Amino acid sequence: MAGIKLHGNALSTAASRVLPALYEKEVEFELVPIDMIAGEHKKESFLALNPFGQVPAFEDGDLQLFESRAITQYIAREYASKGTPLIFPDSKTMAILSVWAEVEAHTFDPPASKLKDELAMKPFLGLATDFAVVEEFEAKLGKILDVYETRLGQSKYLGGDCFSLADLHHLPIIHYLMGTQAKKLFECRPNVSAWVADITARPAWKKVVAMRAY
Amino acid sequence: MALKLHGLALSTCTARVATAIYEKEQQFELVPVNLTAGEHKQPGFLAKNPFGQIPALEDGDLTLFESRAIATYVAEKYKDSGSDLIRHQNLKEAALVKVWSEVESQTFHPVISAIVYQFLIAPLYGQQPDQAVIDANLEKLKKILDVYESRLKSSKYLAGDFFSLADLNHFPYLFYFMRSPWTSMVNERPHVKAWWENISSRPSFKKVAEGMTLGQK
Repeated sequence: MAGIKLHGNALSTAASRVLPALYEKEVEFELVPIDMIAGEHKKESFLALNPFGQVPAFEDGDLQLFESRAITQYIAREYASKGTPLIFPDSKTMAILSVWAEVEAHTFDPPASKLKDELAMKPFLGLATDFAVVEEFEAKLGKILDVYETRLGQSKYLGGDCFSLADLHHLPIIHYLMGTQAKKLFECRPNVSAWVADITARPAWKKVVAMRAY
Repeated sequence: MALKLHGLALSTCTARVATAIYEKEQQFELVPVNLTAGEHKQPGFLAKNPFGQIPALEDGDLTLFESRAIATYVAEKYKDSGSDLIRHQNLKEAALVKVWSEVESQTFHPVISAIVYQFLIAPLYGQQPDQAVIDANLEKLKKILDVYESRLKSSKYLAGDFFSLADLNHFPYLFYFMRSPWTSMVNERPHVKAWWENISSRPSFKKVAEGMTLGQK
């Protein structure tokens, strides 16, 4: 069997969404680095794996996938019997999990990514942070986290009482933001703060963080 | 007890759910939400969707929001009736449905919704369409549809040779886009055009389209 290959880098946000899923499910995989500075992700060999030229791409035997949130769902299903359960047999539980996974994708991610770009990526690239944009998007993310605060007062995790993909998908961006001034948005909301501390302390996530250290 | 869909027939995201329900040969009660009166930001609706957006779905004591999550729930609950939207019996096919559903969600949606918002929705609020936003997103849309054109040369539908939720999720915004001045984006790409004509002629789509009255001339 050819096994699992994840094409990407531990420093890529989207690849870092798949890595904790692989570690949670305790499956063997090979990380195939993609040299993005050399534009490898726009070359034919990578475009054959993801025609949109974005990292990560994923192979499991002869199955080829892209889009991090599709890959994590495949891993959760295919390896359901291994490691941490990330999906659940009860249809109502799955429906609610699915709702909060969509919230991450459509509501949380856009403003949170904007803040990541301004507060983490720009300094890294030697560019000037636009603090007017930061103020605007901190306000937006704050309102969203108010809803999370209420939600996490009703259940331990976003999807319900168990850790799931709905929580896991937040990890890479939260990791970036907790290293910036935006961390106050999470720290000042007790339920959100406890949830962040819990999910970022998971051994699977700590393995990903260790891969990113340089 | 019937499914209750809280939303509006002309709303894209409500239409996404309605189409999925019809594809599964089920019925629902549409409970209108008065957006003009700000009903979606009132406690009664916020109890269903704390982010204050339509649609929300009630199925007995289960309440859901986020149209793509609702559509997936409907597809799974009624997996033995109507068209097979999620390919639950074949994990590889199911995974490819997820891939192209994510493409719609992450790549297609932000671009198409920006265009549709500017030319169709902004004027309803007395705003002038922002041509710079439209132009920038049309450029992005070209590149995205080039990838779709290439994909649809080797496969009849996005996830494979079978219609799925990945195709369905494109319907509402693409429907409104096809009332815009920029339909050449679709019509100049023969495989995208054929795919659009195919999926938009499905009975479920035609039924939902009757209520999608924005931008009608």
